[in-house]
Amino acid sequence: MHEMSLAESIVQIVEDTARQHGGTRVASVRLEIGQLAGVELDALRFCFEAASRETVAAGATLAIDQPPGQAWCMPCGGSVTVGSLADPCPDCGSHQLQVTGGTELRVRDIELG
Amino acid sequence: MCTTCGCGTDHVHIDGVGLALSRGAHAPLTGTEQFVPAAPLPVTAEEAGIGAAGVHAHGTSAARIVQVERDLLAANDSWAAKNRQRFAASRTLCLNLVSSPGSGKTSLLVRTVSALAASRPVAVVEGDQQTSNDADRIRATGVAAVQVNTGKGCHLEAPMVSRALDRLPAMAGGVLFIENVGNLVCPALFDLGEAAKVAILSVTEGEDKPLKYPDMFRAAKLMLVNKVDLLPYLDFDVALCEANARKVNPDLEVIRVSARTGEGFDDWLAWIARAAA
Ligand SMILES: Nc1nc2c(ncn2[C@@H]2O[C@H](COP(=O)(O)OP(=O)(O)OP(=O)(O)O)[C@@H](O)[C@H]2O)c(=O)[nH]1
Ligand SMILES: [Mg+2]
Ligand SMILES: [Zn+2]
Ligand SMILES: [Zn+2]
Repeated sequence: MHEMSLAESIVQIVEDTARQHGGTRVASVRLEIGQLAGVELDALRFCFEAASRETVAAGATLAIDQPPGQAWCMPCGGSVTVGSLADPCPDCGSHQLQVTGGTELRVRDIELG
Repeated sequence: MCTTCGCGTDHVHIDGVGLALSRGAHAPLTGTEQFVPAAPLPVTAEEAGIGAAGVHAHGTSAARIVQVERDLLAANDSWAAKNRQRFAASRTLCLNLVSSPGSGKTSLLVRTVSALAASRPVAVVEGDQQTSNDADRIRATGVAAVQVNTGKGCHLEAPMVSRALDRLPAMAGGVLFIENVGNLVCPALFDLGEAAKVAILSVTEGEDKPLKYPDMFRAAKLMLVNKVDLLPYLDFDVALCEANARKVNPDLEVIRVSARTGEGFDDWLAWIARAAA
């Protein structure tokens, strides 16, 4: 359950940002969690609720963008969409894939209020 | 688990001494264990969403949106970079051993450090939720070991390794092994500053594990297939297991070993020697 560890990082980042901007309450937090990042979103929401308790982020809603898995297929010489790190290229079946997107784990912005 | 908020990474202990390593809100950080946050981004009125096109509004006034764009792993990664610098400065090879519980990490290490200790400095950082059993098993060979107990934490993080390093003797030109918490999921995400992750899969676990836990096998440079002494009693297909692992990570190196009989150890020790060169 590394989601707890990630939730604590989110709270830390939100607290730092709110402090810099004199915010006392955070209405929402927008995250980017790629579909290949290995994060269980329900677990992350649950952990965020626990980790944000009694902080400026308490009660904030999470908006989560989920960029799809993208990989460069060497045999095809093109970019393809993959659902998991174990998936082959949907076009040619090769596993010679370089992941190029979908592993993002970021706080994009927060809404003070 | 922290009773205030339930956060899982509080209450880390290194050789039995408690540490405040959490980034949680109620454990104010002090001294060297403090995470160094990434430099705050400059925020202009436009970045803050005041009339800026393309800035996502969550619902109400766009003027209150603050751009952040910070990676969740940035704090861990900055500690990992510091650890990596320490290893480079002392010419230490650091290997991070990852696997599910019971695949034989400690048994492999006991045999490995016994074989290496005569020729170069060796030390071990042991990560477990509870007990100092594994560090005790390493120390019984005469090799230095530090036990990190993560409590509810299911993986090691880079600051824990940094603190553990403070307790180890200088080991120029040596090999530091980190035995991560037994868990095939979470340790994949956390860089500790190692030169390579080594994934261990024992032949009692099933050939499909690389497909079920692709992140770990993708993060690894080497897979040790352990307990091959048991193969005569099982219907485990080693070739299929290796093919599955290479579907997830085409560049993965594989060595078949037995911590019990020492089979394959020549190859494994040669791999370490090459990595350390
Ligand atoms: N037959 C056989 N048994 C092994 C081998 N390696 C380890 N074992 C046994 O597997 C069990 C678990 O070994 P450990 O070395 O404690 O495994 P571990 O991965 O360190 O376990 P955790 O630290 O709890 O995650 C023990 O009973 C070992 O004796 C092997 O190569 N062959
Ligand atoms: Mg062990
Ligand atoms: Zn976990
Ligand atoms: Zn293809």
